[in-house]
Amino acid sequence: MDHAATTFMKPEVIAAMAPYFSEHFGNPSSLYRFAAESRQGVETARRQVAAAIGANPGEINFCAGGSEADNWAIKGVALANRERGNHIVTSAIEHHAVLHTCEWLERQGFSVTYLPVDEFGRVDPADVEEAITDRTTLVSVMAANNEIGTIQPVAEIGRVAHDHGVLFHTDAVQAVGAVPIDVERMEIDLLSLSGHKFYGPKGAGALYIREGTRIESLIHGGGQERGRRAGTENVPGIVGFGRAIELATADIEGHNRCIAAMRDRLVRGILASIPDTRVNGHPKERLANNANFSFRYVEGESILLLLDAHGICASTGSACSSGSSEPSHVLLAIGLPHEEAHGSLRLTLGDANTEDDVDYVLEVLPEVIGRLRKISPLTPSCARIPEVD
Amino acid sequence: MYTEKVITEFTNPQYVGELADADGVGEVGSPTCGDIMRIYLKVEEDRIVDARFQTFGCAAAIASSSMATRMIRDLSLSEAWDLSNADVVDALGGLPAGKVHCSVLARDAVRAAINDYRTRRGLEPWEAGPCECCGGAGCGSHPENG
Repeated sequence: MDHAATTFMKPEVIAAMAPYFSEHFGNPSSLYRFAAESRQGVETARRQVAAAIGANPGEINFCAGGSEADNWAIKGVALANRERGNHIVTSAIEHHAVLHTCEWLERQGFSVTYLPVDEFGRVDPADVEEAITDRTTLVSVMAANNEIGTIQPVAEIGRVAHDHGVLFHTDAVQAVGAVPIDVERMEIDLLSLSGHKFYGPKGAGALYIREGTRIESLIHGGGQERGRRAGTENVPGIVGFGRAIELATADIEGHNRCIAAMRDRLVRGILASIPDTRVNGHPKERLANNANFSFRYVEGESILLLLDAHGICASTGSACSSGSSEPSHVLLAIGLPHEEAHGSLRLTLGDANTEDDVDYVLEVLPEVIGRLRKISPLTPSCARIPEVD
Repeated sequence: MYTEKVITEFTNPQYVGELADADGVGEVGSPTCGDIMRIYLKVEEDRIVDARFQTFGCAAAIASSSMATRMIRDLSLSEAWDLSNADVVDALGGLPAGKVHCSVLARDAVRAAINDYRTRRGLEPWEAGPCECCGGAGCGSHPENG
């Protein structure tokens, strides 16, 4: 129940990668014929990725994952365009790979606007427009949020950015396979991808860079990725990444329908059995696999550990689980009081989940919350969950 | 990340709940920080005959307060006052560095309950010396340090 953290690899993906470990192990940069197999593997993957997001293969640049792609997009564009301006617009609910990169740029003298979001976690394109100045070079807003699953109005934000001659980056790490992406229609200039979120390998990602976009490289060295990203390619990873994105985008609508049906039953069941529960995120514009709750009077890390004891994996925005002093910036940005942010639980379904899993969570979770509420001094008697013998 | 003892104490806390006729109640922490502990004492002839707790917080917070109530039962008030956070950490077989403040909160909750008992009886509250975990340098575990 934590597929937003990572996914297992599909057998088809493993099968596609297998020959590239010991059979076709050549370095794609080598000139001899033996290396051609590796080169072809990489170029096939590049075409698969391009097709999945409506791009040209030459616009796909492989890298080590979502965090590198975000760093590259933001630092690369900020640095390459610094004569034009030093201002970046982003949102308060981005992934830390974006937020911490922006904070680093601030320390280098750039200025950053962090746009607020509404109670459902949506960025208002009008706010983007208002934040853009003649010094703005980049707008970066994620396609879908990793914690609460809210899907952003990406196409509208892309249009606003382009109306003002500003480049638009979107972190689509959580969105791919769940939201149809078309970089042309959505007016996206840069887009971050990560393989292990859609049943591909870890350590494989990509940055889509629209043809002609001014961007600096982060990793210097050899001439791989047309001189943009040095380092011998992670050939098996790239091959698996290509196959995985092809599978994940083959039938987004059908896949979403299945997952959302299970997710909705889970949400209904939890709301019916656990009082004083709130669903975080947007009621409709959200990832089909994402459910995020706040259970009042209890703390998230405790919930996680008790669920873990029952073999259920989940995640929370409570500070106590991350070792930081503040709870999730996303939950605070949508206006949750600290206490409810501490009591949050994210359940994210995936292809391995079954209706039985939903039943099992519905059986275990009320008992877990009931136990913790019994321990909590905040629980009013009406929110106690009767024990079942 | 947690020891077996922490997990056992967290999953099977023994002395949970409210003591309706408590002689002293101590509450520390705040919902903002994600930790609230409340400790109830029943005192007879200067001795703690019953101690219960209620905690909103992580596993370490629940385990620390549970362990503290277990440890102060049958102690005199002054013995219970001397319970240190290190005693709680030791009894739990250790806590991760980021969770040591939970043991400090548990100690503070015990002391708050003792002082509540004293104040109710018209006695001066006892004063805590410098924090043994930071020597007053600021370990982030005290409300006055933000």
